[in-house]
Amino acid sequence: MAGTGEAKKEEADYKRLNSFPLIRHTDMPEEMRVETMELCVTACERFATNNESAAKMIKESMDKKFGSSWHVVIGEGFGFEVTHEVKNLLYMFFGGSLAVCVWKCS
Amino acid sequence: MDKGDGLDRGKKSKPSDQLKLTEAELKENITKVLNTHNPHAPQNIVRFNYKEGVYQRVSVDHTAILFEMESNIVYQDSEEGRRLILSKSTFLASLFFDLSQATPVEDGGEVEEAEEEDRPDSVASKADKKGVKLGNFFHFTDRATQTLNNPPRQINCQTAPPPRSIFSATANQWQIYDAYCEELQKQEKQKATLLKKETDKSKKGVLVTETQSTDLTEVAKETKILERMVHQNTFDEIAQDFKYFEDPSDKFRGQEGTLLPLWTFQHEETRGLSVTALCWNSKYQDLFAVGMGSYDFCKQGRGMIVFYSLKNSSFPEYVFPTTSGVQCLDIHPQHFYLTVVGFYDGCVAVYNLKKKSLEPVCKGTPKTSLLTNPVWQVRWQNDDIDNNHNFFSVSADSRVVSWTLIKHELISTETIRLSVNGGLSNVPDDEQLVNISGGTSLDFHKQTDHLFLVGTEQGKIHKCSIHYSSKFLKTYNAHNSAVYTVKWNHFHPRVFISCSADWTVKIWDDTIKVPVFTFDLMSAIGDVAWAPYSSTIFAAVTIDGIVRVFDLSINKYEAICQQLVVAKKKTKLTHIEFNPVHPVIIVGDDQGLVSSFKLSPNLRKTPKVRSQNSKDLSIRKNPSLK
Repeated sequence: MAGTGEAKKEEADYKRLNSFPLIRHTDMPEEMRVETMELCVTACERFATNNESAAKMIKESMDKKFGSSWHVVIGEGFGFEVTHEVKNLLYMFFGGSLAVCVWKCS
Repeated sequence: MDKGDGLDRGKKSKPSDQLKLTEAELKENITKVLNTHNPHAPQNIVRFNYKEGVYQRVSVDHTAILFEMESNIVYQDSEEGRRLILSKSTFLASLFFDLSQATPVEDGGEVEEAEEEDRPDSVASKADKKGVKLGNFFHFTDRATQTLNNPPRQINCQTAPPPRSIFSATANQWQIYDAYCEELQKQEKQKATLLKKETDKSKKGVLVTETQSTDLTEVAKETKILERMVHQNTFDEIAQDFKYFEDPSDKFRGQEGTLLPLWTFQHEETRGLSVTALCWNSKYQDLFAVGMGSYDFCKQGRGMIVFYSLKNSSFPEYVFPTTSGVQCLDIHPQHFYLTVVGFYDGCVAVYNLKKKSLEPVCKGTPKTSLLTNPVWQVRWQNDDIDNNHNFFSVSADSRVVSWTLIKHELISTETIRLSVNGGLSNVPDDEQLVNISGGTSLDFHKQTDHLFLVGTEQGKIHKCSIHYSSKFLKTYNAHNSAVYTVKWNHFHPRVFISCSADWTVKIWDDTIKVPVFTFDLMSAIGDVAWAPYSSTIFAAVTIDGIVRVFDLSINKYEAICQQLVVAKKKTKLTHIEFNPVHPVIIVGDDQGLVSSFKLSPNLRKTPKVRSQNSKDLSIRKNPSLK
């Protein structure tokens, strides 16, 4: 029991420590990347319990800012293969367990 | 009375011939009647009528026409007017009905058959509301045309779609965890060592850190070459002149020569500082060092050591700022990256150009430094037995000190103490003070290593040797005031030159106590230098901005070239040096500007080589000896 308690504590610690946004793959230009990353962080923090709302917020903001037809996937376990417009993809981790993938394809 | 006249009001003036009536007559009412009867028309005109054979009265018309104009206006209530109203208004009424009530157009036809009394009234009223303009048929017609409409065309276009690419990945908890761990490790590494930037993009997606820096250090070497190329292109003419230009007018000028101005070297940070020392590098003959400081006793501040290359005159190669003004410097003849510098506050320092730092390798301070005694001259010597570098310095506290560089430390040993009487170093200090005189210049013999000359503030020159620390070998009463520079001739073993604050330049043979040649230059002298390619040519600079070049084999009394080299008249020239290889001299002034000049062919004549070279030269120089 103590072991699992400790493990949980460790996990919480780990999540706390490693909740910085970590970009896994992107080909966006610098400015766009920074803006998108911050938007994702804001959305995930706001809708920490509801991935769908977070994704909706991100998608709508991206559509307004950078043009139509963005797609957003937020989750903890998924695999994907997408066709995206060049220089319009961001794949990042956040919060120790969330993965966010944002891409544009009309 | 009119009110707006401007005449006198309230004052009734009677004309003298006015009728005088009684009161009753004044109050009488007289009626006036207006009629159309023209009073001027004659009433009694008669004409003879031939038909009836009698005189008949002709009546004259009483109406006078004042204004007549033909117009198109038709009176509304006349026959014609009514007819016009009818015809126009039916058309308008039909329109009006269509718009307001969506009744079929047949109403228009029915209207015509309807009662005319009603119609015109209602139509006229509506027409009045609309404000229809009635036009006379004879004067108005309606006419319509249709302009050309451009035919419509269809244009289609299809833009190229933005490029797309495919990306795939998996998002698992363990992948996320691994990624974070990696990132943390990396951050720790970065904190431990200097920032290492890696960019490695593969299809899987490796970590991308912030690596978008515009750091030029990786291409520093290439940018330097580029800079030099740009510089060469900008100053192309000067580079061509430097290499190839030989002044053709020298043939016509007799013995005289000129100096052709080449590059000028100036650095912004050296504003306010004067050039206090110049030295060429023996290995890289386009590199020279400039020491910056101040000769002004009152204005002592910071200093600088600046290295310029002839290949880039707009920016120095190396810059070393110093806290105290630089007074002298020397570059090691063999180890070309070592430079020794003497400061105004009495310190000496050795700089290593190979090292990237701006600090000297080592610094030495004088032992008794209560007063600032500037170090006036430093000179490298050959390495001693243990292969340690060593150099000599002469300073205003009348000491010639030998410094040895042992493992980044400078160890000083006093070589000789200058005094008026002649090197009595056993006498204790307080008695010695009266007799000492500060040293101002130092030069080692080119062939014999241990011999050197020291010039003093008193105007004496002492010939000394490293091995004899207490006595001078010889003393010359050279000048009346401080000796600024002494220099041995590069070729002749016994000849040296000295210049001093008493405005003279003197040439000596070291066996003779009196100078062989004396030149009075009419102006305070900054520096003299021997030419490295000839034993008879030397140059002197003065504070009036003139460079004088002398060639003793051509003209023993006058300079063969006298040229004003500065733009502003107040600039004083402080130092001059000949390039060891190229026919170029550099001249420093008190504004911190270093100018380079090319010597014209007349100034570059090497003396003819004869069998007994030195003897002939000495004979030529000393006619009195014979």
